[in-house]
Amino acid sequence: MTVTVDPALLADARRERRFFLSLSLPALFIVGLAAILPILWIIRQSFLTTGGEYTVGNYTKVLSSGLTWSALVTTLELSLGTLAICIVLGIPLALALASARPRVANLLMAFVMLPLWTAILVRTYGWLVLLRRDGLINAALTGSGLTAEPLPLVYNFTGTLIGMVHYMLPLFLLPVYAAMRDIDPNLIRASASMGATLGQVIRTVIMPLSAGGIFSGSVIVLIYSIGFFITPAVLGGGKVNPLSTRIERALSTFQDWGSASVLGILLLVLMALIGVMLLAARRLLAQTTVAAAHA
Amino acid sequence: MKSLPITIDSVSKAYGSYVALDDVSLDIQAGEFLTLLGPSGSGKTTLLMALAGFVRPDSGKLLLGDRDITRLAPNKRDIGIVFQNYALFPHMNVLANVAYPLALRNTPRAEARQRALATLARVKLDGLAERNIAALSGGQRQRVALARAIVFEPRVMLMDEPLSALDKNLRETMQYEIRRLHDDLGITTIYVTHDQREALIMSDRIAVMNAGRIQQIDTPQRIYDRPSTRFVAEFMGEANIVAPGSVRRVDGAEASRETLMIRAESFHLDAKLAGADAVALEGMLRAKAFRGENWLLTLALDGGQEVLVCIPAALAGGCAELAAGQRMTAYAPAAKVHAIAGAMA
Repeated sequence: MTVTVDPALLADARRERRFFLSLSLPALFIVGLAAILPILWIIRQSFLTTGGEYTVGNYTKVLSSGLTWSALVTTLELSLGTLAICIVLGIPLALALASARPRVANLLMAFVMLPLWTAILVRTYGWLVLLRRDGLINAALTGSGLTAEPLPLVYNFTGTLIGMVHYMLPLFLLPVYAAMRDIDPNLIRASASMGATLGQVIRTVIMPLSAGGIFSGSVIVLIYSIGFFITPAVLGGGKVNPLSTRIERALSTFQDWGSASVLGILLLVLMALIGVMLLAARRLLAQTTVAAAHA
Repeated sequence: MKSLPITIDSVSKAYGSYVALDDVSLDIQAGEFLTLLGPSGSGKTTLLMALAGFVRPDSGKLLLGDRDITRLAPNKRDIGIVFQNYALFPHMNVLANVAYPLALRNTPRAEARQRALATLARVKLDGLAERNIAALSGGQRQRVALARAIVFEPRVMLMDEPLSALDKNLRETMQYEIRRLHDDLGITTIYVTHDQREALIMSDRIAVMNAGRIQQIDTPQRIYDRPSTRFVAEFMGEANIVAPGSVRRVDGAEASRETLMIRAESFHLDAKLAGADAVALEGMLRAKAFRGENWLLTLALDGGQEVLVCIPAALAGGCAELAAGQRMTAYAPAAKVHAIAGAMA
């Protein structure tokens, strides 16, 4: 049986769909203006000399420099280190939040979110006050006799990592907590009733079902960490130089737009590579969870 | 499989000022099918969750066989549970769900698979082992949940309104199937429902709960015919609670001075069918409704009380002609008239 469609009704439906699609236009415009155009501009810039002539010299200069590769290594160390610490600290915290009573969970969540309400620069300088040689932490450590000498907590890799983890942990926690909170408590009860220990419940039910949240949290942490600038610049004391500080130096010290553009493209490529790896990891994870019960 | 008796000894549980369980005691025999029946908020699910170990009682004792399990962790109780929403693992397929309890016990993979498949066959799900949970219908999910709860041969099975999400026809099929499965396995089963028909059909005994207390525990027939309280009488079906003095005996003997419970379907309109010692209620027909298998008449007694009279369609020759406002008499056989002590509350 065929139904004859009234063209006027069909047009109404089409108009409605178009209207709702059009709501995305302002956002699309901004994204186009603020993201895609600058990227195209940077790509163009990376092939130009300071005089404005076409060249591949920027690439050969940057890629043959040892500083570039050590910056790349530092970037990866900082990002992956931050992510690793966020996972180690964040997953137990998310478990605790998800299993707490709603009122307690909300209160704890407010504490977790508190740093996000403070400007990053303020927080970074706050860490400086705490971590310096004559800062609060070292004063407490030497004062109580725990250490004879003040620990080198800042103007180095450790200090940068502390500052970055402090910034990233809430961003990691949010999606992980959301995923864990959405797990039907009856699934956990069912698992326990069939004999699962707490460890088995976590491994066979909670972790597989919050994998999506852990994945999202990891992506957020990596995206933010790879281009992170303020914390390495302030807490690294010039000794921690990821790609972001190299770009800043190329621009502010040498006004070398070509090299800065190449470094920026390097960051983009790095992000794309990590994205592909994470996607592959997730696909692998999805295939193995079904068999996870029999681990 | 060795099934065990359960003893619930003066168990209480309060949430703030709300008393969910008020000194509940109950003995369930090994292999028995017992139903906890009651309206929502009556404490039946709380009691079930206390047995499972997910609700910690404030006081009292729970025994499985002669072992005190009051403080035992849920994963050590060896109890199979079927949840209201099935609680199947969405990240595992049917086979992995059913094999899950065996995997936890380090059963060799081949044996676990073979036992899971055998259990799936038992609940008539052969051939669906590799399906994803999302691809199953409600009835199929119900069967997977059943298979998962029995595959590890627990000594007790708890079921929390397992059929409430299914449509009526499927629910009736599953009622018989669950009961047959219980009879095959001989496993002590506690079944929670708010559906009194389901309780009547499935149970060896029914414990009717209200406001955190067990009102009555008895066989389905006695619960239905001989309710001990007005609450049980009314919860189990269309019950008329008739005040003392509103009835007369057909044979002229003195009528009972107690409050009486007469089920709507116990009445006859023909005195001969009700027997010589029947009681009669006289009044005015207020309303009538045809319900397919029967007619429901609302009779206003002279004292003002309304009585529901249900006449099977097959015996209701004259019902269609009855007119509201006309006087009539309904007769109930003496055996169907049940005195309830102090129930006129």
